[in-house]
Amino acid sequence: MLWIAIRMLTGDAQKFYGLLFGIAFATLLITQQMTIFVNLIERGGSGVFNAPEAEIWVMDPVSRTTEVHFAMPSTALDEVRSVSGVEWAVPQLRAAASVRTRSGDLEGVEIVGVDDATLIGLPARMITGDKSVLAMPDTVLIDDGGVVNLFENGEDPIGQRLELNDQRAVVRGVADSLPTFTSQVTLYTKYSQALNYMPGTRNRMTFVLVGVTDGQSADEVATRIEEQTGLKALPREQFAQSGIDFLIENTGIAVNFGITVALGFVVGVAIVGLTFSLFIRDNIKQFGALKAIGVTNQHILRMVGAQAGLVGLVGYSLGLVGTALSLWAFSDNPFFKAFYIPWQIPLISLVAVVIILIITGWIALRSVFSTEPASVFR
Amino acid sequence: MITNMDTSEIGGCNPQAAICARGIIRDFTSGQSTLRVLHGIDVEIRSGEMTFLVGESGSGKTTLISIMCGILWPTKGSAQIFGTNIYELSDTELVQFRLQNIGFIFQQYNLISSIDAAANAAVPLIARGMAVEPARAKAIKLLDRLNIGDQADKLPSQLSGGQQQRVAIARALVHEPRLVVCDEPTAALDASSGRRVMDLLREVAVVPDRACIIVTHDNRIFDLADRILVLEDGRITHDGVEMPDEH
Repeated sequence: MLWIAIRMLTGDAQKFYGLLFGIAFATLLITQQMTIFVNLIERGGSGVFNAPEAEIWVMDPVSRTTEVHFAMPSTALDEVRSVSGVEWAVPQLRAAASVRTRSGDLEGVEIVGVDDATLIGLPARMITGDKSVLAMPDTVLIDDGGVVNLFENGEDPIGQRLELNDQRAVVRGVADSLPTFTSQVTLYTKYSQALNYMPGTRNRMTFVLVGVTDGQSADEVATRIEEQTGLKALPREQFAQSGIDFLIENTGIAVNFGITVALGFVVGVAIVGLTFSLFIRDNIKQFGALKAIGVTNQHILRMVGAQAGLVGLVGYSLGLVGTALSLWAFSDNPFFKAFYIPWQIPLISLVAVVIILIITGWIALRSVFSTEPASVFR
Repeated sequence: MITNMDTSEIGGCNPQAAICARGIIRDFTSGQSTLRVLHGIDVEIRSGEMTFLVGESGSGKTTLISIMCGILWPTKGSAQIFGTNIYELSDTELVQFRLQNIGFIFQQYNLISSIDAAANAAVPLIARGMAVEPARAKAIKLLDRLNIGDQADKLPSQLSGGQQQRVAIARALVHEPRLVVCDEPTAALDASSGRRVMDLLREVAVVPDRACIIVTHDNRIFDLADRILVLEDGRITHDGVEMPDEH
């Protein structure tokens, strides 16, 4: 009977494709929006991910994320270095600045000053140039997303001079880094150079990046740092999570994407429900005839289940492929850089599709179950 | 014949009867009002005969046939098909009983539009659990016998009304049921097609161990009946080999 069920479904091309479209569209909307949401909020931790060597981030107790911070006195670096279990500790400066391009454009940028000696705090990979160019005077490295924002028409950023807080900066390399949540341009330079770019306040060291001794856990060392220095110390993952939590708590992004995902679900229920009901209604006489002939409600349940399963499987797969294609199509856009689909999201979409099919299938089945076999004689 | 039949001790029914219905009452309720459609009908249907159930619209013939073949519950009364009291069976048993013992031919054919003629004819076999291909092969043999074997691969929409009716007949007979129930089998056909279908039905459905009931009000085919039951206002008013003169 399942063979007959599938042929009944695929034989009505309009409704079959309507059902596929409904499921695929719902899957696409749910999967794509959740993927964008997850990847966007993960950018709350991009500052942490861009400094892969650091196992612990030490900061002023009021600092919350790599973007929301309060500077510490430079003596904090030595205090941290004196804590047992700290293998190394280097300073990092993060500050907002304004940059003017040669064409006169003004752009807000984030300056990241990394340790002069070790260059710890830079992203792991470079797209253009080498990290060692930071040894040259007035040198800054720009993040790849920043190249698009700061230089128009594919202009080569290398060698370009910028006016950074009234001082000269020369771009000599492009870093392969994860963009921030706001896709703000990030300029990396040496810590000492960053101090020149950001004059003024007494305390300018924003973070101390720490590596732990072999055999020590980051959690234990972080606790020890907090106890001995009174500063806030968070292991890498925990600090990245703080950035993500900050975005969720302080922006409407979760609500906005949540609404879109819910709409995807509702649209899925509406399209699939309507089409499925029409399909069943068009075949109600045939189902009645089958019941009269001797097909049980359980068989019919299995038939409709097979129809829903086929529509769900194909529609869901199309929706996933659509999501992957849409991300691939925009993969050159820095906004979508490093976007990926976490495995949990297709699973959530699958659950949503199953729920959509159960709801709509049940609504459609009710009319079949309530159809008396005798109705075929009327 | 209606009430003074030679009956067995079991439920007052002749053990040789294909169908034995006793005291069939059927009410339909709508809101506060109740309409009695069948008024305590007693009837037996014999094997090896083509029995016509005739009556005006609203006389209760569809309700009676539905009750006699186990797809509608009577308000009161009992019905036996080949000795089995069908309304004492559980729902599942009753469905299985229909699948094993009854073949249906519907007025509108109710063929599945997206499967070909052979698969449509094979539906009862597939419903019994037979694999699709052997079921189709068996159905094609029957379609051959009904002279539409060459149309086996066609969809119902590609067949004429008469051809669709033959597919419906094949579907009713493919699983070799002991009872064949036809609802207005000629209503949608012209006179000659209707006649051919009835001749065919008589040829394949009327055999000694099989009963065939035909609900109709098509007076063009009354002469083909072995027995005619006339239903008026929920009561059987005539039982004979010919239609009464007043009809």
